[in-house]
Amino acid sequence: MSARTIFEQGRKGRRAFVCPELDVPDRPREELLPSKLRRREPAVLPEVSEPEIVRHYVRLSKKNFDLDSGFYPLGSCTMKHNPRLHERVAGLPGYARLHPLQRPAAAQGALELMWRLEGALGEIAGLPYVSLQPSAGSHGELAGVLLTRAYHEANGQRGTKVLTPDTAHGTNPATVTMAGYEVVKIATDEAGGVDIDDLRAKADEDVACLMLTNPNTLGLFDRNIEEIAAIVHGIGAILYYDGANLNAVMGRTRPGDMGFDIVHFNLHKTFTQPHGGGGPGAGPIAVSERIEPFLMTPRVRRGEDGEFDLDYDKPASIGRLRGFQGNFGTFVRTYAYICSLGAEGLREASEVAVLNANYLLARLGEMGLLERLPLAYGELCGHEFVLSGAPMKRDLGIRTLDLAKRLLDFGIHPPTVYFPLLVDEALLIEPTETETKETLDEFVEAIAAILAEAEEDPEIARTAPHTTPVRRLDEAGAARNPIIRQEVTR
Amino acid sequence: MSHYTAAAPDDVREMLATIGVDSIDDLFDRLIPAGVRLGRDLDLPAGMTEQDVYGHLRELAGRNTSSEDEVSFLGAGMYDSYVPAFIDMLTSRSELLTPYTPYQPEVSQGNLQIMFEYQTAISELTGLPVSNASVYEAPSALAAAGYLGKLANGKDRFVVSRGLHPHGRETLRTVARGYGIEVVEVPLADGVTDLAAWEEAIDGDTCAAFFQNPNFLGAVEDASALAESAHQDSPAVVVGQYDPICLGILSSPGECGVDVAVGEGQQLGNRLDFGGPSFGFFAASEEHLRRMPGRIAGETTDIDGKRGFVLTLQTREQHIRRERATSNICTSQALNALAGVAYLVWLGREGIVELGDLLLRRTAYARERLAAVAGVRLLHEQPAIREFAVALDAPVGAVIDYCAARGVNPGLALAPHYKEHPDGLLVAITEQRTGADIDRLADLLAEAIPAVAPARAGAAI
Repeated sequence: MSARTIFEQGRKGRRAFVCPELDVPDRPREELLPSKLRRREPAVLPEVSEPEIVRHYVRLSKKNFDLDSGFYPLGSCTMKHNPRLHERVAGLPGYARLHPLQRPAAAQGALELMWRLEGALGEIAGLPYVSLQPSAGSHGELAGVLLTRAYHEANGQRGTKVLTPDTAHGTNPATVTMAGYEVVKIATDEAGGVDIDDLRAKADEDVACLMLTNPNTLGLFDRNIEEIAAIVHGIGAILYYDGANLNAVMGRTRPGDMGFDIVHFNLHKTFTQPHGGGGPGAGPIAVSERIEPFLMTPRVRRGEDGEFDLDYDKPASIGRLRGFQGNFGTFVRTYAYICSLGAEGLREASEVAVLNANYLLARLGEMGLLERLPLAYGELCGHEFVLSGAPMKRDLGIRTLDLAKRLLDFGIHPPTVYFPLLVDEALLIEPTETETKETLDEFVEAIAAILAEAEEDPEIARTAPHTTPVRRLDEAGAARNPIIRQEVTR
Repeated sequence: MSHYTAAAPDDVREMLATIGVDSIDDLFDRLIPAGVRLGRDLDLPAGMTEQDVYGHLRELAGRNTSSEDEVSFLGAGMYDSYVPAFIDMLTSRSELLTPYTPYQPEVSQGNLQIMFEYQTAISELTGLPVSNASVYEAPSALAAAGYLGKLANGKDRFVVSRGLHPHGRETLRTVARGYGIEVVEVPLADGVTDLAAWEEAIDGDTCAAFFQNPNFLGAVEDASALAESAHQDSPAVVVGQYDPICLGILSSPGECGVDVAVGEGQQLGNRLDFGGPSFGFFAASEEHLRRMPGRIAGETTDIDGKRGFVLTLQTREQHIRRERATSNICTSQALNALAGVAYLVWLGREGIVELGDLLLRRTAYARERLAAVAGVRLLHEQPAIREFAVALDAPVGAVIDYCAARGVNPGLALAPHYKEHPDGLLVAITEQRTGADIDRLADLLAEAIPAVAPARAGAAI
């Protein structure tokens, strides 16, 4: 299949769109839009027929690996099955064609759905006040840190620093800077958790917040969470929960009960919103009572008469972080998921996610594969775990990158690689609860086969993949000489 | 009741044995310290069958009045545009719906090439050479543009036209507190940004200056004049928020000297969805290439010399640059942007101009028809392409209710957003609103205004 872009196809005069007829009196265009405001250079879009467009994009789609076709153990991304029921209900015209500025009286079903979802997410988090507004996890983080700022300012404090562990997702420190704080890194202890001594040393009155993922990006639940919460609250700071790993703990523990003040959810991870090749997602947040006055507007309100409305009258609110009510289509899918599973099903989802991860880890151990790919920290894990490819690199001469690329030839999407940063040659593996034992066994077999093959001939992995639409790409060249659009013929 | 897990009792037993723990409880007891275990069921309803969930969600959907149920003239940033059927087919394909962000380019060439084509289409539309692969939506795109301004010049004031969407202005105020930036608003005069006040407000300390075109009241701004005046003796990054369909006929940001163009992509092949998910587009002049937020796809070759695409310039991004990143954005709106590029390709070079001209003439007709109704006057006389504002001699809320009860939603009441226009109504035209729909709206308004304003109507008799 060629990689011709759509801009390299078609010919002059070919078209797909048929414009509706002009059914009102014609008027000279110059009279309606003076030429000085009118476009001089046309936008050179392709001239193609609909069959060409469909064939082009369907062909392109076939060059993608996707979750429906194969195992996708991408750590920290929770690539669980995307139920098609959710697409069906999100497509109901009552949602799909509902205008965001429709009068609340004519959008009662949508507002009720948001209200019910807020309630469910609040219960799952153990924090009762929810805003669905943020568009993704990192947007939820930005909301959380701006809320932290508003809370401290209202209490006559400020703080200039936010603590993040060195295992944190990159979005955490990036968010902290955007919200006007300085990042202070906290070390990881030998058990893979927050280094309590380092935390104590850095927890001073200038600290506004600690951002934590629990289980963290090593897949480990921090055993000292109560002590961490006590230290953070002892200095008057806010404890923020990055919900990227919530899939490990639903119905077993709740961030609110651990002492967190603010949580963000990744609806595209834990709650099955399909990832779409990079979105859409949504990053609602749940907060404690002391943060509630500052939540974004509008808020969904249920009146005493049972009518739903949007409430803009929150004088202490930080305001909006985006337009309208958030990624509502994502809320429909999440709400459908929570309705399907119920309390028991959500708990089971987390239980099987943790079971699957530990089983996968144990099977790798049974097969002797952890000698070359040792577990970075701990013995058991949460819903994901981190291996180090350092011994493999030393003994077999293939890197984590090579292993990842070779997995592609086995029809398996590689785990997250080279993250978290503190583990040398890291592989972050998250199987999720929707994979069968057979699939996990096949993954173990594939790893075994690749390591065995590398004993004989490391070149196979080093030059992998061999069966994909393209092979290894020149990323350095792309960055040095960026070609980020097609030069079109005018 | 778990619908989507596969662990049969025998699986669980075997897996626990392999792990070397007695039970799931045992596993979790080792994971979670006793002090923070929930120890009870979540207080949520029991699970439901698929058909019951469908029934429940359909019942809730049935309590909304969508654009399927009424003739809607609502706009203000999102529009009831027709979504071609083939787009539904594409966005529901597993290969496009279910992958993650393309971290492994060898098995993501579809996504990456689509991003590249999207960037090309947005560059063409905006007349600016650099586009990213999408951001969340329009107001957060403005926020990202403001951050780009901060990185570019480090100044501490945003100057914002009152013609910018109220949600955009609110979002800028929210993030500006984090950026450590003050926000100054410039008023409108005759429906467009007051050029003298704009010039006055922008100086050597201005970080970025924001306007919208056409602005929130539907008026076409003289973007060249705004950009030129903002660039005089000021380092300000000039940011224009554009309606992408209007860009088929409206002079492009690139032609007008605008530095960063952003906008709401919903009407490009995306549904209304009560406000999202859609996507925001974000394009800039060459000098801002390395300050761009978000993903960018680039063309390259593989080791066999075959053409391919990768995520590029990633040293801008949070996963590499961490606290020094140009943005915190990670998951964005890839699937919505795919719908966007497919839609633009479907419109094609001629179609986007034809569509713009159709809206231009239908809007002119609607303005004329409405202005001829007793008790309706235009809020401004500026050129308008697809949306315009009127003032009514009657309580706007009551007029809306009157019309809605008769199957027509006449538009958005301006009062909550513009207190200076307590009687204002914003009316949007899409290709789905015909001349006959416009006649019906005019006739209904002629009926509604005296009906809901009996005192004034009575006094006139």
